[in-house]
Amino acid sequence: MNDVRPAGVTKRFEIRIEEKTHIGADGTLVPAIRDFVLDIEPDSMTVLMGPSGCGKTTLLRIVAHLDDRFIGDVGVPETARIGLVFQEPRLLPWRTVRQNIELVADPSFTPQDLDHLAAAVGIADMLPRYPQELSLGLARRVALARAFATRPDLLLLDEPFVSLDERTADRLRRLLLEIWQERPTTAILVTHNPREAILLADRLVLLAPRPTHVVASVPITTPQADRDAHAIDAIFADLLQRFPANFSAG
Amino acid sequence: MSVTLIRSEPLRLPRVLRGPLVSVLSILGFLLVWYIAAEIAQSRLLPGPVAVIRYMVQETLHGDLLPELGITLWRVIASFVVAMTIGSVLGIAMGQSAALNRALDPWLVVLLNLPALVIIILAYVWFGLNEAAAIGAVALNKIPNVVVTLREGARALDPGLDEMARAYRLPPLVKLREVTLPQLQPYFAAASRSGVSLIWKIVLVVELLGRPNGVGFELHLNFQLFNVTAILGYTLAFVAVMLAIEYLLVQPLERRTTRWRNKAV
Repeated sequence: MNDVRPAGVTKRFEIRIEEKTHIGADGTLVPAIRDFVLDIEPDSMTVLMGPSGCGKTTLLRIVAHLDDRFIGDVGVPETARIGLVFQEPRLLPWRTVRQNIELVADPSFTPQDLDHLAAAVGIADMLPRYPQELSLGLARRVALARAFATRPDLLLLDEPFVSLDERTADRLRRLLLEIWQERPTTAILVTHNPREAILLADRLVLLAPRPTHVVASVPITTPQADRDAHAIDAIFADLLQRFPANFSAG
Repeated sequence: MSVTLIRSEPLRLPRVLRGPLVSVLSILGFLLVWYIAAEIAQSRLLPGPVAVIRYMVQETLHGDLLPELGITLWRVIASFVVAMTIGSVLGIAMGQSAALNRALDPWLVVLLNLPALVIIILAYVWFGLNEAAAIGAVALNKIPNVVVTLREGARALDPGLDEMARAYRLPPLVKLREVTLPQLQPYFAAASRSGVSLIWKIVLVVELLGRPNGVGFELHLNFQLFNVTAILGYTLAFVAVMLAIEYLLVQPLERRTTRWRNKAV
């Protein structure tokens, strides 16, 4: 396999989506995205936050080259290695946890790397098991490990902690930060949860309801390590004041 | 009004009746009924199990039973492989492409409803009384069933896993091996199960009509001689072969390929 990354892949990604329209079951056209402009800085965590149903998943699918029926330019080369964490774990049930990770892992990713990563996300004991034996929280950890094992040029996370109880979700958020900081990667995370967004983001991008576009792009400068519950409350209060439409519902 | 008591636990059979012992008892029961019926009838048209088994041993040691079984088995395997290969490729393609499905669906309906006998006769008339015509005719009878089963399988493929494979840029062959084929495994199993039994029945007809050997030919011969002992002997021998394939080959293989299932959380 090709170990050398294509030139220019790790530079910033410039996403320009002029128009994306869904065709409804009854044939009507539903505009999902309009005039979406966003630059993604290298090795930073960009969090897209918007109301449910505003087209966040559609956006990620376009960026991952899973959907090419839109007008505009993704700005992500097709050769870019993508690590994608879906809303559901989407593991292969007939492969063990270890095989699921190895299947997509980067060629430079050694078995020692796998053991290290598995320990970091707390699934070391689960490697020989099949996904059906895992709880949702554990399966989510495996999906996270799988995405990191690809050594992605761009890591995409589509509400990766949704439908977990708050304690589990919070543990997983901290864990994501730990493994992400160990090896910073250009990442886009999509969520409708404001506290999750504030905890994780280097830059917080607020989205409008459908057809979605960028309302504001807010850098969050407090280092992630210092964002305890208190700091998050303070940032939240500040943002609520500046963007009441985006934060009052959450 | 009477009060009905509902048991909260299902009735459990005694341990003895839950093991393989039940299967053995069931077969012994069948042999007993056969034995009694033959004793009462006292006719050469209904020989008892002892006579039939004696004939089978005799034919195995001094007759043609084993070579004839071998020839029929080879025809079953050849037709099975041809039918499964062509049927799977067509079925998966039709399940994935609506256009192809529309184009081929009328042919599928025609083939599904064409009597096996018609296909066999036409194959012999057009291609001669040879091995290729025989195996081709049997395969053609089975192909539409395989197509229908695998088409359902291809339609039921999980789009989520497909997306995962595309996002992670799995090469086409890896995707086929790791994502697509494992999802189709139950459909392959269903098609092969019903396939083997259907094929071996049609192989006998093909042999009866136009081959100079095989179990079907022997049945035809002994029908003309009114030798019911031989007919039952050959039938029983081949059923034994098929049972051996089912229990020693198909079921262990199935347990192996589905071992990831049925694991408790």
